[in-house]
Amino acid sequence: MRCFIGIDLGSTTTKSVLMDENMKVLGRGITGSRSNYDIAAAVTKQEAKIGTRFTLFRDRLASNGKAQDAEHLIGDLERTFRLEQFLYMLSELESTCDGFVSGPRVVGKESIIREALDTVFKNLRAEAIGIYGPNAARKSDFFRDIAGSRYMALAEDVAKKADLNFDLLVNIYDKSINEIENRMSSDDDVSKWFVKALDRVLADGSTLNKENITSAMNDTLSIPLDETYVVGTGYGRVRLPFPKEHIRSEILCHGLGAHMMFPGTRTVLDIGGQDTKGIQVDENGIVENFQMNDRCAAGCGRYLGYIANEMNMGLHELGPMAMKANKVSRINSTCTVFAGAELRDRLSLGEKREDILAGLHRAIILRAMSILSRAGGIRDEFTFTGGVAKNEAAVRELNKLVEENYGKLKINIDPDSIYTGALGGATFAHRACN
Amino acid sequence: MSAEKEAVKDESMLLQKAMISRNYDAITSKHETGRKVVSTFVPGNLNELVMCFDMLNNLPEINAIQAGMRKLSGGYIMEAEKGGHSEDVCTYVKADIGQMARGNIAPNGKPFPDPDILLLSYTGCYTFMKWFELLREQYKCPTVMVHVPYQGDGHTTQNMRDYIVKQLKEEVIPTFERISGKKFDIDLLRELMTRSAKAEDDLVWVIETAKHKPSPIDAYFGAVYYVGPIFSAFRGTQEAVDYYKVLKKEIQYRIDNKMGPITPEGEMKEQKYRIVVEGPPNWTNYREFWKMFYDEGAVVVASSYSKVGGTYDMGFRHDPKNPLESLADYCLGCYTNRNLPTRVDILEKYINDYEADGLLTNSIKSCNSFSAGQLMMMREVEKRTGKPGAFIETDLVDPRYFSAANVKNRLESYFQMIEQKRRGVKSAA
Repeated sequence: MRCFIGIDLGSTTTKSVLMDENMKVLGRGITGSRSNYDIAAAVTKQEAKIGTRFTLFRDRLASNGKAQDAEHLIGDLERTFRLEQFLYMLSELESTCDGFVSGPRVVGKESIIREALDTVFKNLRAEAIGIYGPNAARKSDFFRDIAGSRYMALAEDVAKKADLNFDLLVNIYDKSINEIENRMSSDDDVSKWFVKALDRVLADGSTLNKENITSAMNDTLSIPLDETYVVGTGYGRVRLPFPKEHIRSEILCHGLGAHMMFPGTRTVLDIGGQDTKGIQVDENGIVENFQMNDRCAAGCGRYLGYIANEMNMGLHELGPMAMKANKVSRINSTCTVFAGAELRDRLSLGEKREDILAGLHRAIILRAMSILSRAGGIRDEFTFTGGVAKNEAAVRELNKLVEENYGKLKINIDPDSIYTGALGGATFAHRACN
Repeated sequence: MSAEKEAVKDESMLLQKAMISRNYDAITSKHETGRKVVSTFVPGNLNELVMCFDMLNNLPEINAIQAGMRKLSGGYIMEAEKGGHSEDVCTYVKADIGQMARGNIAPNGKPFPDPDILLLSYTGCYTFMKWFELLREQYKCPTVMVHVPYQGDGHTTQNMRDYIVKQLKEEVIPTFERISGKKFDIDLLRELMTRSAKAEDDLVWVIETAKHKPSPIDAYFGAVYYVGPIFSAFRGTQEAVDYYKVLKKEIQYRIDNKMGPITPEGEMKEQKYRIVVEGPPNWTNYREFWKMFYDEGAVVVASSYSKVGGTYDMGFRHDPKNPLESLADYCLGCYTNRNLPTRVDILEKYINDYEADGLLTNSIKSCNSFSAGQLMMMREVEKRTGKPGAFIETDLVDPRYFSAANVKNRLESYFQMIEQKRRGVKSAA
């Protein structure tokens, strides 16, 4: 089938959206940009294709008239698919780690290290079922984050017991994970995970007609997903091995993507990893005007990343903590470089973490408001996109400031807003062929 | 780092390069020749008057630009910051001060001699005054200042003109006579101004060729070279008159053959976007910056920067019949001496006269004289012309303020936005 793909290579994450002939979004993919845009683009594209297979499978089951059962099955299948994918990558990681047990630092300790690694990976595999269990909350969906944090915890323990230098195990992991991240899974791998995952789900005593479901899955997997037209956008777009006409500015893609999500959009705010953009679009999604931050990434998503690191928290935990604030600390600097200093400064004055966080979120939004006013202000409807749009504390501050400055407006936030640029790209791809 | 590929150069560029080298050689050999050196600025440059006293014209701004283009300004600026100058100070000033601190070596490799006099003949930029105060401290040489009233109401008055002429007569000329030991000869000034006006006519012809489609010149990146002789030490010389003859021939050839401007990588073939630019260029990444335009098929058809040393396309000429009065008019008419509504009018006129697709503002981080009010100006021009504007931020000669990926991102977005608007609703999803 003909597929139109948009890839948004952000400074932090790379996103993709795949749509069909009728501009229906079938799949989305996201991965860390890992300073290697070629790989990130390929990985995210594969992820969007995986998402597409799920959609196609769901549609096929639904057309058999068992929508509700199908939904339940798909939920289990998604989880189990990720488990299979995780286990596969874990085994790849294990053999790669094994390959790095060499060199002068480990001479004479090879067998004890191998034993330690064996224990770590055995435990990791055992934990995997739980990590992908029903209702399990994961801090991240990226293999690097999940495997990494558990590896470190397990390896530290194992190293202590075996009287082994923990750093050796860390070093082996670091080398291996970079190699693993730069490998791409093939279509065959993906098909295998689907089949294995489905077997696992059906073996769990499902009451559905196994034969029908298996044949639906086989049908789904046999559909070729042609890359009819791919458009790249985002910070890393020039690194894409695409001809020039396949590359679009992220401003245009975000403008069009926001228009596709909310056709009434007139002003778009996108806060990404290192850019904050204010974009005005007309009733057709055509960009009329824009402003963005200059080279300084103050007050962008990366700022929150640094703050999370400083506080030893996950990025996704910042918003919820800020929501608990009783008062909002006054933060003067949204400079990313000084983020840590600002934070420690406030803590040393005895201010509460949640109040400081609330202040930091407000500071970010104040900066975005300034960029928006330079872009010509906010018009109704106003659409907020980018990674930071997922942060409830940022959204709360934005709502407040928009109302104070521009009155009551319709503010749109799509739960998939992180894919706005990629959606715009996919739309451009579709447009190029139709 | 590998060396940059040798740039493609026209005959006029080589000619100008030789002129500049000769001037630097003349300055650095002043002790041998006994000639006196005047340090002064590009806006309000009184070159004909300087020449009347057989003095040499040294321009610290041009030296800073030279340092920027030769990738030396970054080090100079750090040197000046070490000396206590803050990050926000004009980077021309810091490049100049830093260059002094590092031996004040001219582009010909020889040390700059101390100037014999500092001539501050334009005060529309207040930083100029502070800059020369610093230089006076350094060189301990006489300073002469011409106070130039700002065109706050958008026009000049006879009173303003008289005020400047009085300063020329009572301050500048007597000081020059004293320093040079030469008597002022108004007929020589008239003679030099006749040549100035001739070269100015030619310059206007050159910049207005951008009205052609395709444009045979780039009126920003290319025009920086075209304005060189008139804006610096050559206005009033036969060399400048000859330079423009050669330049006109080159451009006429391109017009006749429907050719585009010559970029460092050769002729620009495709012209998809015609842009008007407000604000000075960035000098530290000049070629890289220009490439972002021509790679996308964007040609600059008019710019305000190419008017900083004189708004000749608006009709001003040095007038041999009224030499001192015309020097006064010249100083008053500097682009940055115009008030914001006048600048808006000028930019609007450029968009219309040159049939441009829009206005791009390159806002300079450390130049308040240019940057204040630019966003408002852009909005107003957008409103009046219906053509989209865009805003980028760089710096004059501080390489730390040039973020290539960010500038490229904005420029490409801007060009694609123009394209999208042009194609209109048809192509929208």
